[in-house]
Amino acid sequence: MQPSSLAFQTKASDALADPNLQKALGGIKTGWQRGRILAADRLPEFEQLRDQARDIKNHALEHLDFYLEAFEARVLDAGGQVHWARDAAEARAIIQGICQDNGAKTVTKSKSMIAEEIGLNDHLEAAGITPVETDLGEYIIQLRKEPPSHLVGPAVHLTRDQVSDLFAATHDLPRTEDPTELVGQARTVLRQKYLAADVGITGANFLIAETGSAITVTNEGNAELTQGLPKVHVVIASLEKVIPSMEDAFTLLRVLARSATGQEFSTYTTVMTGPKRTEDHDGPEQFHVVLLDNGRSKMIGSKFQDMLRCIRCGACMNNCPVYLAAGGHAYGWVYVGPMGSVLTPQFVGIESAHTLPNASSFCGRCEEVCPVRIPLPNLMRHWREEQFKRQLVPSTVRWGLGIWGYVAKRPALYRFATRVAMAMLGRMGRKEGSFASLPLAGGWTASRDLPAPQGKTFMQQWKKKRRGGAR
Amino acid sequence: MTSAASSPPAQPRVGLFVTCLVDLFRPSVGFAAVKLLEDAGCTVEVPEAQTCCGQPAFNSGDRATTEDLVRGLLDAFEGYDYVVAPSGSCAGMLRAHVPDLFENDKATAARAAEFAGRCHELVSFLVDVMGVKRVDAALERVATYHDSCSGLRELKIKRQPRRLLQSVEGLELAEMAEPEVCCGFGGTFCVKYPQISTKMVENKVQDVAASGADLLLAGDLGCLMNMAGRLARQGSPIEVRHVAEVLAGELDAPPIGRPADA
Repeated sequence: MQPSSLAFQTKASDALADPNLQKALGGIKTGWQRGRILAADRLPEFEQLRDQARDIKNHALEHLDFYLEAFEARVLDAGGQVHWARDAAEARAIIQGICQDNGAKTVTKSKSMIAEEIGLNDHLEAAGITPVETDLGEYIIQLRKEPPSHLVGPAVHLTRDQVSDLFAATHDLPRTEDPTELVGQARTVLRQKYLAADVGITGANFLIAETGSAITVTNEGNAELTQGLPKVHVVIASLEKVIPSMEDAFTLLRVLARSATGQEFSTYTTVMTGPKRTEDHDGPEQFHVVLLDNGRSKMIGSKFQDMLRCIRCGACMNNCPVYLAAGGHAYGWVYVGPMGSVLTPQFVGIESAHTLPNASSFCGRCEEVCPVRIPLPNLMRHWREEQFKRQLVPSTVRWGLGIWGYVAKRPALYRFATRVAMAMLGRMGRKEGSFASLPLAGGWTASRDLPAPQGKTFMQQWKKKRRGGAR
Repeated sequence: MTSAASSPPAQPRVGLFVTCLVDLFRPSVGFAAVKLLEDAGCTVEVPEAQTCCGQPAFNSGDRATTEDLVRGLLDAFEGYDYVVAPSGSCAGMLRAHVPDLFENDKATAARAAEFAGRCHELVSFLVDVMGVKRVDAALERVATYHDSCSGLRELKIKRQPRRLLQSVEGLELAEMAEPEVCCGFGGTFCVKYPQISTKMVENKVQDVAASGADLLLAGDLGCLMNMAGRLARQGSPIEVRHVAEVLAGELDAPPIGRPADA
């Protein structure tokens, strides 16, 4: 997917003027945001669990090489195969190879952000292989030829009305607005695809080093059907998904669903270990794990290592006022919201995404709700530093900052300059108390008045009032 | 977070960090802060060599300017028992971020950490450090309190202002549905992304209006100017003030954004 993050401002403005989108985004607030609060309140040890979750991921990252090798060994023991992919192109080629080796014409997929990251669907289609998304949200956006707008709810930007229209146009069935009937329609279409698929591709929420297992969580059970029915199962996952043990996974699962949707647990938690054994009734004949690096190993030991703790719950976006105003597509790449504002510059380069770490009021709500306590505002600030260092800041802003910095570093000059400016502004604004417009302040005054200064500065008045108090 | 780890000296010497917005736009907040600090038994001085906490540069990625400005503050506030600012945002910068600066200058980093430990936001300082339990003020109004983000999340300021506001005679507190949601100010954010900022402040003033309050209070002038500006644009009768003005009973200045003889 070509990044279009530099157009964030324009896309956000369009989003604000789109009533369907605003309605859909409003649902996140009453649904998942509120759900998280209620779920956390019901669990007295929630805060301690967050600490544990953070520590588990930190430990795994500190010993990533060890746990990855252990994971690979266990996968091989179970009769599976592990493929290491340095970048997106390698991962795509590996998966295409597995598909072609097995003469695959269609593949079913359960939701995978890594598949989005490497642009897998377009690649498979170009190779004559038809990918079929089986997660309801992913199915919807595949029909609309859109990228996901949210980690957990890829089609969260759409209203039920829009889905009704889409299904009526696609399914050759009468239009319905009943959610159960809509799900039923998608299910009927998808059931046929599960049976016809030659390869099933899933993501993984966790990779377990002690057992060589991959775990996925879904609310639709589509991961089971994707991995269990075709004769070949491919797991595509990034390096940092590996954690030491099954017990660790269950600690992380306790914070994952609560943070994401407010559920205590996702409806389905699927553990996949190796291909079908002789005593098994069903399961795939081949089990492949594609382990993607794509720049993550470079994040280890860098200022951005904390970001690798992310378990993709979406709480940061559900609680971000900027995301809730702009929607996911404004971010212009695969990952959106605060976590996307940190990850996207990492993947596409800060020069193609510097708008994103700036699209934050640094209110800190994302860090407050992150189940693994990622300091998201600090990480966004690191990107701003990188942007500043590389002179990617617009020259007007750079100049403004430079002049302000020059004056602010010289208290006497600052006193003089501010005294003159405030006296002038104070006199101009005295009658109304605020300005409805002011040169160079259009960003502010387009939608709000600017309160006028009182006139004399504090320092000016203080000096007069107190003799010798100040040094 | 702010806590009275050790009890303060009998008459602590406080250096007031006025903050640039209070200095330039609303000096009355500075004088209210001085009164509250003196009533609490502090000796207040205002070092003249102070300008800005460096946050605009820090959040714009300009570390060199940030560190230069903070060096100036380390000198200006040397020797004071405490450094107090009528802003959770500036105090958050001084307390939570200054210790992480000067990565390549150990001596200054140590000074910065010691300095950060002495820095406090005004209302939390009064309650947590000076043990103030009530103020001597009266105001017959229904007020709602907005929790500014940095104060709330970096300094855990939440109950302190409410506790002191409860002691203001005649004042009734009406909570918003979401007092902890950002108002959309965010420093340079509000002019970098004005449309999103406007959406945020619009959500906020709707919540303020729904609370039934006729007075909006907060501890940060940036947020207050943003919310007051939006309310004024809509012709709302809701008045906006810094919490220190109400706590100090210093209400001679007109509400934020209102003309002098309103």
